Amino acid sequence: MSALDLSRWQFAITTIYHFIFVPLTIGLSILVACMQTAWVRTKNDSYLRMTKFFGKLLLINFAVGVVTGIVQEFQFGMNWSAYSRFVGDVFGAPLAMEALLAFFLESTFLGLWIFGWNKLPRRLHLATIWLAAIGTNLSAFFILAANSWMQHPVGYRINPVTHRAQLTSIVALLTNSTALAAWPHVIFASFVITGAVVIAASAWHLVRSSDLAVFDKAMRLGLIVTLIAGLATAVTGDIQARLMDSQQPMKMAAAEALYNTESGASFSLFTVGTLNGSKELWSVRVPYLLSLIATLDPHGTVQGINNVERAYTAKYGPGSYKPDIPVTYWSFRLMIGLGMLAVLLALAGLWLTRRGRGRVPRPRWFYRAAIWGVALPYLATTTGWIFTEMGRQPWTVFGVLKTSQSVSQGVTASSVIISMVAFTLVYAALAAIAGWLAVRHIKAGAPPEEPAPASGEPLPVFSY
Amino acid sequence: MSLADFWFILIAVLWTGYFVLEGFDFGVGILLPVLGRDDAERRTMINTIGPVWDGNEVWLLTAGGATFAAFPLWYATLFSGFYLALLLILLALIVRGVCFEFRGKVATPRWRANWDRAIFVSSALPALLWGVAFANIVRGVPVNAAGVYTGNLLTLLNWYGLLGGLVTLSLFILHGAIFLSLKTSGEIRDRSRAVALRAAVAAVPLAAVFLAVTQVAHGKAATDITAALAALALLGAVGAVFRGREGWAFAGTAITLALAVATLFGDLFPDVMPSTTSPAFSLTVTNAASGHYTLTVMTWVALIFTPVVLGYQGWTYWVFRKRLTRTDFAATGTATGEATGTAAQPVGP
Repeated sequence: MSALDLSRWQFAITTIYHFIFVPLTIGLSILVACMQTAWVRTKNDSYLRMTKFFGKLLLINFAVGVVTGIVQEFQFGMNWSAYSRFVGDVFGAPLAMEALLAFFLESTFLGLWIFGWNKLPRRLHLATIWLAAIGTNLSAFFILAANSWMQHPVGYRINPVTHRAQLTSIVALLTNSTALAAWPHVIFASFVITGAVVIAASAWHLVRSSDLAVFDKAMRLGLIVTLIAGLATAVTGDIQARLMDSQQPMKMAAAEALYNTESGASFSLFTVGTLNGSKELWSVRVPYLLSLIATLDPHGTVQGINNVERAYTAKYGPGSYKPDIPVTYWSFRLMIGLGMLAVLLALAGLWLTRRGRGRVPRPRWFYRAAIWGVALPYLATTTGWIFTEMGRQPWTVFGVLKTSQSVSQGVTASSVIISMVAFTLVYAALAAIAGWLAVRHIKAGAPPEEPAPASGEPLPVFSY
Repeated sequence: MSLADFWFILIAVLWTGYFVLEGFDFGVGILLPVLGRDDAERRTMINTIGPVWDGNEVWLLTAGGATFAAFPLWYATLFSGFYLALLLILLALIVRGVCFEFRGKVATPRWRANWDRAIFVSSALPALLWGVAFANIVRGVPVNAAGVYTGNLLTLLNWYGLLGGLVTLSLFILHGAIFLSLKTSGEIRDRSRAVALRAAVAAVPLAAVFLAVTQVAHGKAATDITAALAALALLGAVGAVFRGREGWAFAGTAITLALAVATLFGDLFPDVMPSTTSPAFSLTVTNAASGHYTLTVMTWVALIFTPVVLGYQGWTYWVFRKRLTRTDFAATGTATGEATGTAAQPVGP
């Protein structure tokens, strides 16, 4: 394999891995802040225990998210230096802003929150988790603004002297329509994951009827969060689809493996065939749905892969502009399908508890489904990223720079093999340890609050 | 002063912040098996940096991000050129970051001993490699006309680079020992002071030789002054340790690190990455910089938000200013947390 292919694999592995930890940090930081707010306002002990229980889960998860995030920033220079050289003037700005505006906020105030229990005044301590949560969500915005620029470059020009991209409007970059749609989509999807984790952790305890005071409330919270966030993810995803249709028609066509332009195009739920446009053996189709998704009109016209290919060849010169069709086709379906299943599970949970809060005997299948169902939204976000990044190929910056032109010149394939293997092994070990710690923590449950000692200053409860 | 010059200085400031702050984090991690004789002592040590280490590490990310935004050509050449060295640093930082969080989650001696070893290695490796990297940047590396580094990992492991590595390693150990003596009380504080003096025996001559060699080969009048002041500050720090003035000693090593960074960046200027292949291929503040618009935007962002960050990070140090002692952690021993998977429960000292 060439250094290019290896670098792509490494970027995919490290990015997908990083994004296993990011969404839970995004959502759970906010939920823990809400739990702690509820405790500060009501003085109800169960909210405090809930805060500490989910707070520790947040910290286990956050640790891996942080350290894998450093790799992300360094990789652009290490493996994609031609890309960095070409777009740094534009792309570097949101990354630097993320570090200065968001990441400092997140890291510093999370440290204050961890060690500030029993040390800071109660309301000030509450403010620290809110600031950390705001930092996390702000961080997501800058990263998505950077990614959206790759999907739909705006606010730049190509400098005629240096032949490199140059920023002309930071406002255009930060208000890119693609970013404004991607940010809420990612945030809501993160809340679906967070809700699913809260549901699964609660289900583990409820099925054993242990600690109802905490986990009955938590279950309800998880179900409601998942349902609302799931619907919002669908709505924002729908907005993204129409932007994609106008900004990246090839990606839209690849999502359906639609080879020839069609009006009133149907959407296939499932296809048996080769997806290369030659023959389709069998498929289940919903009429007009693709046109509806792409254009809001059941009879709207959706461009086909072959038609877009001809237009691109005329515009960008000879070559192939098709992404990997089976990957885009299936990742698009899996993203939507798995996400919908996660939301249906939450809906089922709410239906089963409709007669009021808690104490209602729920069927065991629901608990079992809730525990294993935690994988659904994780797989949905993973396939979502695979779709959006693979669908952009062969470009790194759509219409401006190809992936093949982006890779580092001086970095040999053997160097990339070493780093790819090293990252994969270390990440696998971390995943095993973090997963084991998280499961162990969930099973241990939320310990009762001990009264503060009569004298002396107690240690911060979360100290190392 | 052009905007690019301003960003060159700002990046030097970010690296200074990183070395001053994470420098003592590294030192504490390296000294963990040396100074911490039991779990309670090691926990005392880890908790001196507990609330701040993550915020300290963001200085590195900000330095990286700022280099990407302000000098994309420098960022591209440096990060792709120093590929395997940076890989080692990244792997160490990954392991080190989770160490602190995961170590306390299980209370068995074996679990903790393994993480303690990991903390030692993952602190020592970057402490050494950052010095190797910076010495090589100043010395110059083979870079071709396209701005592509043409050496390999061994190119970086020359005597001057390794000397630079030993300087950062020994300085961070000294800095960390002084930090521990400032942040603890009781026996561990006394031992930290003794270790600081022993670290100084290595750090002072290494730093003096490195600065002298650097100034002979790459120096200019202005940096001769900063180099001399760096050496003086280091001697002042050691003197302050002798006299038990830990605050002054810490200020001394912090100033040493800042002046050392100032010296290296001053020697580099106006280059950012001198090429040993041909001076014509060197990346400079001018030819590696972003456009005027990006630099203007980023300048406003930096001028507004850097003071804010300094404000709240400074406040964090104020909140956690109290010295820690072994007895804070001894009572909880190794039993706590086992049943619940949590860290220490609240206990009185």
